[in-house]
Amino acid sequence: MSEDAPAKTVTAEKKLPKDLAAEKGMVNVQIDGHWIQVPRGTRMIEAAKMAEKEVPHYCYHPKLSSPGNCRMCLVQMGMPPRPAPGAAPEYGEDGYQEIGWMPRPVIACANTVGENMGIRTTGDLVEKTREGVMEFLLINHPLDCPICDQAGECKLQEFSVEHGRGQSRFKETKIKKPKNVDIGKNIRLDDERCIMCSRCIRFMDEVAEESVLGFSQRGTHTSVTVHPDHRLDNNYSLNTADICPVGALTSNDFRFQMRVWFLKETKSIDVNCGTGANTVIWTRGNEIFRVTPRQNDDVNSAWMPDSHRLAFHSLQTDDRLTRPLLKKGDKHVETTWLEATAKAAEGLGMRQPNEVAIIASGRMTNEELYLAKKIAEAIGTELITIVPRKGESDGKLVSADRNPNTTGATLIFGTDEPCAKLDAIREGVIAGKIKALVVLQENLLEEAGFKIKDLSKLDHLVSSHTHANATAAKSHVVLPGTGFAEKRATYVNVTGRLQRSNQAVIAPGEARDDWESLAALLSKLDKEYQPPASMDGVLNALVTEVEAFNGQTFGSIGDLGVQITETGVTIPLLEQEKARVKSGIIVG
Amino acid sequence: MAIIKVERPKLSVGEKVYFGAIFKGMIITLRHAFRSLVGKSTGANELNSSGVGITMQYPEKKWDDQLPEYYRGAPALVTDELDRERCVSCQLCEFICPPKAIKITPGEIPSNNEWAKVEKRPEKFDIDMIRCIYCGMCEEVCPEQAIYLRPDYVITGTNRSEMVHDKERLYEIGGKRVGLVNKWNDLK
Repeated sequence: MSEDAPAKTVTAEKKLPKDLAAEKGMVNVQIDGHWIQVPRGTRMIEAAKMAEKEVPHYCYHPKLSSPGNCRMCLVQMGMPPRPAPGAAPEYGEDGYQEIGWMPRPVIACANTVGENMGIRTTGDLVEKTREGVMEFLLINHPLDCPICDQAGECKLQEFSVEHGRGQSRFKETKIKKPKNVDIGKNIRLDDERCIMCSRCIRFMDEVAEESVLGFSQRGTHTSVTVHPDHRLDNNYSLNTADICPVGALTSNDFRFQMRVWFLKETKSIDVNCGTGANTVIWTRGNEIFRVTPRQNDDVNSAWMPDSHRLAFHSLQTDDRLTRPLLKKGDKHVETTWLEATAKAAEGLGMRQPNEVAIIASGRMTNEELYLAKKIAEAIGTELITIVPRKGESDGKLVSADRNPNTTGATLIFGTDEPCAKLDAIREGVIAGKIKALVVLQENLLEEAGFKIKDLSKLDHLVSSHTHANATAAKSHVVLPGTGFAEKRATYVNVTGRLQRSNQAVIAPGEARDDWESLAALLSKLDKEYQPPASMDGVLNALVTEVEAFNGQTFGSIGDLGVQITETGVTIPLLEQEKARVKSGIIVG
Repeated sequence: MAIIKVERPKLSVGEKVYFGAIFKGMIITLRHAFRSLVGKSTGANELNSSGVGITMQYPEKKWDDQLPEYYRGAPALVTDELDRERCVSCQLCEFICPPKAIKITPGEIPSNNEWAKVEKRPEKFDIDMIRCIYCGMCEEVCPEQAIYLRPDYVITGTNRSEMVHDKERLYEIGGKRVGLVNKWNDLK
């Protein structure tokens, strides 16, 4: 043994916990008796969360600034006593200084931790404080729970059970405030239920950047109001109902539809634009009741545009296709999947490869796009494209690319311009060069720019749709497909992130998951192709063929997705959020 | 686990020869038969019987006046003193109902309605009486004192749909109930 070995041990022993933490940019905090290291500058409430201690709160939201006005997160705090002039700080055997507890509580949401700090989230002082705060919050709160949509997911209900008194001592008359106020297209305001946490006001100021909400009046009469000349018609207004801890702001769309405790939550993603916001789909039985955003700091933060979350209604209409259809004369007749697939394949196989084209969609999943490409290869045609769907970005979460899976198509087709051949195909159809067309999940009269008379020129039109439309009406074979909430699948968003959607409801009638109908069609065209038994089989095949997907499975994608390629596209709202985190306004 | 050995009871000679007990039973039966023939059945009045024997001639005769106060019959909705429907369709009864007999479609009270400030009421309220087990949990859980188990127990129908009580039928059975807590009007 060398001579410096024991010497090293001595220096290691001499190093105090504060020095060890400081080397990593951390500080030592004692939370409910346990010492942990947290990054310097962490809010006390976040430090408690790291220690798995819940600090109840209303106004604090990690994505918004912290005004500290609900007072629910009060905890007891202590610091080592300041040494007398000239005296050195004293360290105990464990290397920590003794904590001098402060006699009064502090708010955990807006204070940051310091070296050797102590936090108590329980104890007499803290519990009495919470009880007092709850009592004040409940003074004017109406007993609306039976008619309130928030009941069941209401923080006021939860914390009054956990920290409230159970009995009211308030004998005076409650303050009356406006109820059932129409403040915007999607939002209903009930001022009596409001606990003045100001989350909605801060959201509109800081995230939506349209400051239409504010407080009016003073004292117990304080109430949230919308600016007299404006309405809360922002495309992000429904997020205020999500973050409202009580039932003051509720969604008009979800109003009195169903109590939340009946609803089943399915984690999924939004498919209305290239951003692919992470969502939760709330269902009961086979019916979707609402869609809410799910936090993913790499995609949509904690927000979602109203237009996208209300889009699920289009899935639950009466014009859904439920049976495969064959055209007999001028009319469609219902048929079996077996016959529909056979007829579709027959019409495609009997023609020259260059007389056949495939128009796929940027709304299709990776698995479906892969099978579409396989079908093109089986036929031997080069003519495969998706339909571009361009709009304007709103500078937040709505991407200019309204297709949810353009990046997926780019990767799978192995071209930078997956929409490039659309014009050639359209001209080919008009010129009569293309005799047979496979259309997947697109109504050609919309973005694709076809005319109804162009479609009449085709000898064989096979299409798959969820809803009845003009293209389906012109088709010789119609295959009923599934909508976004009805399938488990993967998409790649504009930034190159592979994400997973999950099945929340079952498709109506005999409508089939599109990968199944495509795999069946492919096995008719390519006799050697064996359709896989499940969706995972399609993804496995795709993963082996397309390099960017290498090694991915439904499991590895997880709930938050994985970055599989870099497209250089950024999501504006996330950039804004990063700037606010950097300047210390929000925790993030 | 401890093993407890149970001894067979020791029977006396009289008990072993069981004819004695049979004769005793026969005598009791014959006594009742004789008494019912002369119209003096035991408990005839209490059981509201026809007098011949102690059998109650249901459904011609019923025992309804003997039902206890706490009897749990068909669940029904009630209105208050001002004929306001008390139910606000909070769906707690639907949630608690063990056999899932209750199905509610909530709806909003239109703004021109006298009770518009209550905001919410059931659009449809169906109780499937084939499923109902008369447990009374709906009554217990109701925060608005709107659903009660009434003494009605003769719930019959000739097909399944007749056995589903809709909102109209439920208010018909429930009727008006006074003297309850009123939080939505001035009666209090």
